Amino acid sequence: MTRRVRQEMARSSADPTRQVSLTVNGEAVTREVSTRLLLSDFLRHELGLTGTHVGCEHGVCGCCTVTLDGAAMRSCLAFAVQVEGADIRTIEGVAGAGDVLHPVQQAFHECHALQCGFCTPGFIMSIVTYFEENKDPDLSDDGIRAALSGNLCRCTGYQNIVKAVRRAHELMKA
Amino acid sequence: MKPPLFDYVTPESVEEAVAARAADEDSVFLAGGQSLIPTLNFRIANPTMLIDISRIAALKGIEISDTEITIGAMVRQRQIERDSGVERANPLLREVLHNVAHTVVRNRGTLAGSIAHADAAAESPAMLLASGGSVEVRGPGGGRRIEADDLFKFHLTTSLEPGEMITAVRIPVLAPSTGWAFKEFARRRGDYALAGICALVTLDDSGRCTSARLSACGIASTALRLVKAEQELSGGMLDEAAIVRAAKAARDAVTAADDSQASTAYRRHLVDTLTRRTLAVAKTRAEERSAR
Repeated sequence: MTRRVRQEMARSSADPTRQVSLTVNGEAVTREVSTRLLLSDFLRHELGLTGTHVGCEHGVCGCCTVTLDGAAMRSCLAFAVQVEGADIRTIEGVAGAGDVLHPVQQAFHECHALQCGFCTPGFIMSIVTYFEENKDPDLSDDGIRAALSGNLCRCTGYQNIVKAVRRAHELMKA
Repeated sequence: MKPPLFDYVTPESVEEAVAARAADEDSVFLAGGQSLIPTLNFRIANPTMLIDISRIAALKGIEISDTEITIGAMVRQRQIERDSGVERANPLLREVLHNVAHTVVRNRGTLAGSIAHADAAAESPAMLLASGGSVEVRGPGGGRRIEADDLFKFHLTTSLEPGEMITAVRIPVLAPSTGWAFKEFARRRGDYALAGICALVTLDDSGRCTSARLSACGIASTALRLVKAEQELSGGMLDEAAIVRAAKAARDAVTAADDSQASTAYRRHLVDTLTRRTLAVAKTRAEERSAR
């Protein structure tokens, strides 16, 4: 594509598009999307999975955290076309069958670890992967705060989120 | 926010990637995207085409020889920090990478990408300078190797020619009797540091310092070798007086102007303190390695 002043209307979408196939929460998905469509917007606008929240759109707030092949990532810092073939999990894919809450979700509920809830899906995704990657997690205040450092919350002051991480660990051991 | 319109290609080889770059002068390479995509979201960058190099298998490996660690341009930072072979060959890498943003970002971000981005406050360029590393680059005219000392020209600017891409980062294996350390100060975990210091010191049997390499990030228009501080240390004992002299020399290297984060005077104070702390740790580690 050469940069030019458009002198006539485009006949179809003016955006270059590309087909992408991936797995989202266990379901195979194929879509023709604009190359510039962020993964976060793909999940929300193309798939209707609006649990992934969009906060800062430059990788600071962590609200849009999802997992790609099991590793947490910011979905606002990837284009949908980049994750061809990947296995994506969003907050909608965390609860068990019959909407039984995941232990991390249950712990947030019990510990009042959310107020407005905007940041919560991102926190849950980060904490779920923290436990998956660390069989012997550091549950000291410093350890938990380090694990949470990529997510921002403007309501709770983090105290109850730290408590919820410890509670989630108890629930998962039980 | 919506990034600007761009074409998108996924070459399968370095040759294809370089050819695509040569065919469109406003194209850019995309690796992990953790620096490029925010600049696209903000429309600070406005390329016509993204050349996604993530499908090039040749760029995904880590090789460790007796002398050097070679890290392909698509190796994620997280993969490097979890690689036990890298940890044995040069533990400085893990120490530095733990200061780079957050796990979530390091899961995607690449070492080569951070070096190519060349942010003056980023940790990886400083690490490359202190360790005496280099990058392998490929362009339309073929391949070459650029030493770290010749790479960083200005904030976000390297000596790569427009059509060239980094294909691998090379870092020497840690020399015997050598201690390492990296320390930085940031207001929030994961932020770019207000200042960071990287140090490698080598001791002989009598405890004399035969080689000292120091670098800094966040204090000038590029990551910086602290040559004068090194001169205060090389050839002498790493005693308190030498460390204080080196810290003073490091402090004098700060040229960053006052900004919204810190004043020049504050950065000088930080560099002084960080240099002393970093050298103390590096010295202890060198002694431990010598004793073995």
